[in-house]
Amino acid sequence: MKFALQINSSPYQANAGRTACAFIKAAVAEGHQILQVFFYHDGIYHALKYATPPDDEPSQTQQWQALAKEHHIDLAVCISAAQRRGLLCADEAWRQGKQGNDLADGFRIAGLGQLLAATLEADRFIVWG
Amino acid sequence: MKNYLFVLRQPAHSGAFVQEMLDIILTTAAFDQPVSLLLLDDGVFQLKSGQQPEHSGYKNTAAIFNALEMYDVTAIYTEAESLAERGLVVGDLFLPVEVLARQEVAGFMRGFEVVFSG
Repeated sequence: MKFALQINSSPYQANAGRTACAFIKAAVAEGHQILQVFFYHDGIYHALKYATPPDDEPSQTQQWQALAKEHHIDLAVCISAAQRRGLLCADEAWRQGKQGNDLADGFRIAGLGQLLAATLEADRFIVWG
Repeated sequence: MKNYLFVLRQPAHSGAFVQEMLDIILTTAAFDQPVSLLLLDDGVFQLKSGQQPEHSGYKNTAAIFNALEMYDVTAIYTEAESLAERGLVVGDLFLPVEVLARQEVAGFMRGFEVVFSG
């Protein structure tokens, strides 16, 4: 079965990201396909490159990066939600006359059209948080 | 083509939540997909007449709801109990809505292929 997921809350606001990670691991282990994880609303904070939790805390951003690398999962971050909150990739920062690159490796910037395309293709769409 | 239902449960001006949900709703309509909205709980306040968000520095999301008709989004539902529990009647809302009873909501949701929860 093909799944599309959406994450709406930030790593330190709710456990949505963690439970979605656990869901993905279980789904992939059962042979299901994850078409896309779309980070929306405060969910975009999962993609902050410079999130630096203390050494004795697991980093949710790193958990997502490892998961994406291992299972080739598309981590799509909504461009409008991200820009509202100050998360810009290098290209977007340049386009807006700003500097910096806040997007963690393994994530990509995407538009709502790509969320819609994923919901159309998926057998199931699940919203977290 | 899929049937989309957007369930809105937050009041107007609860952070950027409402305007970001409206962004998805408008995108879905722009993709020519059939869109329905269901306002539950405090979500009914999103359609309350007489909002004056400019006094508090908020974006006027009521204006976006009023523009939905241009995108052929006219299927707007709400729940009788959500209105009654908040002292509201249909006449307090600025768009025409169809009212469901709470016991009908679960069955209503089953009629959609994609449900966005809010």
